[in-house]
Amino acid sequence: MTALIDTPNLADHDGFYAELLGTHKGLSTPQSQALNAQLVMILANHIGDRQVLTEALALARQGLG
Amino acid sequence: MPYDYRLFPFVAPPGLTAPEPRHKVLIIGAGPIGVALALELANHGVASTVLDDNNVVSVGSRAICWSKRALEILDRLGVGERCVEKGVTWKVGRTHHRDAEVFNFDLLPEAGHKMPAFINLQQYYVEEYLVEAAQANPLVDIRFKNKVTDVAQNADCATVSVETPEGSYTLEAEFVVACDGAKSPVRGMMGLDFDGELFEERFLIADIEMQAKTPSERWFWFEPTFHPGQSALLHKQPDNIYRIDLQLGWDTDPDVEKQPENVIPRIEKVVGHSDFRLDWVSVYTFQCRRLRDFVHNRVIFAGDSAHIVSPFGARGGNSGLQDIDALGWRLAAVVDGLSPPALLQDYNAERIFGADENLLNSSRATKFMTPSDGVERLFRDQVLALAAKAPFARSWVNSGRLSVPCIYPNSGADDAGLPHAARPGTVAPDTPVADDWLSKALGGQMVVLALGCDVPEIEGAKVIAPDLNDTLRERYLGEVSNAVYLIRPDQVVAARWLNVDPVAISDTISKIWRHA
Repeated sequence: MTALIDTPNLADHDGFYAELLGTHKGLSTPQSQALNAQLVMILANHIGDRQVLTEALALARQGLG
Repeated sequence: MPYDYRLFPFVAPPGLTAPEPRHKVLIIGAGPIGVALALELANHGVASTVLDDNNVVSVGSRAICWSKRALEILDRLGVGERCVEKGVTWKVGRTHHRDAEVFNFDLLPEAGHKMPAFINLQQYYVEEYLVEAAQANPLVDIRFKNKVTDVAQNADCATVSVETPEGSYTLEAEFVVACDGAKSPVRGMMGLDFDGELFEERFLIADIEMQAKTPSERWFWFEPTFHPGQSALLHKQPDNIYRIDLQLGWDTDPDVEKQPENVIPRIEKVVGHSDFRLDWVSVYTFQCRRLRDFVHNRVIFAGDSAHIVSPFGARGGNSGLQDIDALGWRLAAVVDGLSPPALLQDYNAERIFGADENLLNSSRATKFMTPSDGVERLFRDQVLALAAKAPFARSWVNSGRLSVPCIYPNSGADDAGLPHAARPGTVAPDTPVADDWLSKALGGQMVVLALGCDVPEIEGAKVIAPDLNDTLRERYLGEVSNAVYLIRPDQVVAARWLNVDPVAISDTISKIWRHA
C-alpha cells in the first residue's frame, strides 16, 4: 500500500502553478469552483489508490475546523 | 556611515572644438552595465567612449544582490574580488508566513567555486569600482555631463548629438550601445516601446543604517504581524545598511509614502525600535517588459534599457551584466572586421531568451506576492496554509526565484554520457585547477579544454589541459575518463566530445564566429 507523498515530487511546480491559474482565466467564481471540483475528481481517478485519497482528504481538512 | 558621493569632473570633450574621428563603439550610460561593457570591450582590445548625462554614481543602493555569475563577470573586468571583499556574502534565504518560517533555501550548497552564490553590495560601490577601473584603462574614455539629445543612423554609422555644460557637438560611431536604464531616453528617441505587463502594486524601498546582529540572510515575510496583509523583505548590506522593502498596495500615493514621517513609523514596526537612521527611500511599481528586439542595426540595447523585471529575483543588474557577457566578444569581433554584423543577431536571440526566462520567473513571483482577487488570491493563500502542514508546498511558496544563468538553446555537439550540469549552453562550472580557478584560466577567449587527453593546436582557440582533480572530474567527466570541451569567450560551453576531432572543433569555432 502506498502512502501519500507530501514531500517535493513535482518538477517545475512553478510552471504547473502558473498553468493552473491560467486555466482559470476568464471564469466566474462559480465556474472556477466547478473547475476545481472537476480537477480534484480527475486527479483522484488518476491516482486510483483509495488509501492515498483518504490521507489526502485528511491532510486538506486538517486545520480547517 | 553614509556613502560619500563624489562628483566626477566635467572635462571638455575634443568634439566641442573640432570634429572627432568616427568612433568604433559609443556607449550611452555610465551605470554598471555601460561601464562593464567598456571594460569588456577593452579586454578584447577595442576602444570605446562612454557618455553619461550625470556626474555621480547611483544615488541609493538600488541593485544590491550580485549573483555568482555576475561576480565572475566582474572578476574578468578586474573588480570582482573587490566587490566580494566589501560585500556581505550570503546564500540562505528564509521565507515567513505571519511569524513562522515556511521555507528556506541555500543557493550554493557545494564548495569549489571561486565566487559565492550571492553578495549584497550597494550599486554605488559597484559603479565606483567599475568607473575607477575604466578611468585607469587607456581604451576607455568616460565623459560625464555629456547628455545625448538625438540618435540617428544610416547603413554605415550612427550619429549622436551631445549636449554639455560648455556647448553641443556630434559624434559618429560604428555602433551605439544604449545602456541608459529603465527609462532609456535612447529608446524614446528611436520611438521604441516596451511590450509586457505592469502590475498594479507599489512597494516602498528604504535603506536604513542601524547596529544589529542579524545573520547575513534574506528574510521575506508574507502577511507579517508588523505589516498586516502585505509583504516585507529585510536584507543586510555593508556599512550597517539594511534594505527594507514593504508592499504598500495600489491605492497609496507614492509622494506621501516617501515622506520620512510616514516611512519611519513603518520601519519602526519592522525592526522593533527607532534606533536607526533613514538613508534613502524610493517607491516603485512592478513591471515585466522588454523590447521586441535588442539590436536595431547600429543601435544596440543592453540591461534595463532592453528589459525590466520586478525585483525580488535579483534579475535586473545581474541580467544586464549577462547581456554584456554575451555582447562584448561579439561586438569586438564585428568592429575588428573579423565577423559580419549578423553575429550580433546571436546576441539578440540569446539575450531575448534570457530576458524571457527572467520575465517569466519575475511575473510568477509577482503574481504570488501580489495576487489579484479571486483564484490567484485563493491559491496563494492556500499554498501558504499548506506549507505549514505539507513539506512539498514549502517550495511552492514564491518570494522570488533568484537569478541563475539561463541555459542557451541550440547549442553544439553533446555526449549524453557527460555530466548534465556542464552541457552545451551552460556557463562552464567553476572548479579549482592547480593553484587557480577554472573561471580565471578560461578568461575571455575561445578555449579548448582537454581533459585526460591530448589535443593538437587548433587555430582560433587556446588549448588548456589542466591536471585532473576530483572536483574537475566530477563536474566535467562524471563516469568517463576523458573529454574535450569547446568553451566560448563568455565561458559558455559551446560543444563537447568524448574523443578529439580537430575538424569538428574547427567547424564549431567557425560557426560561433559566423565565418563563411
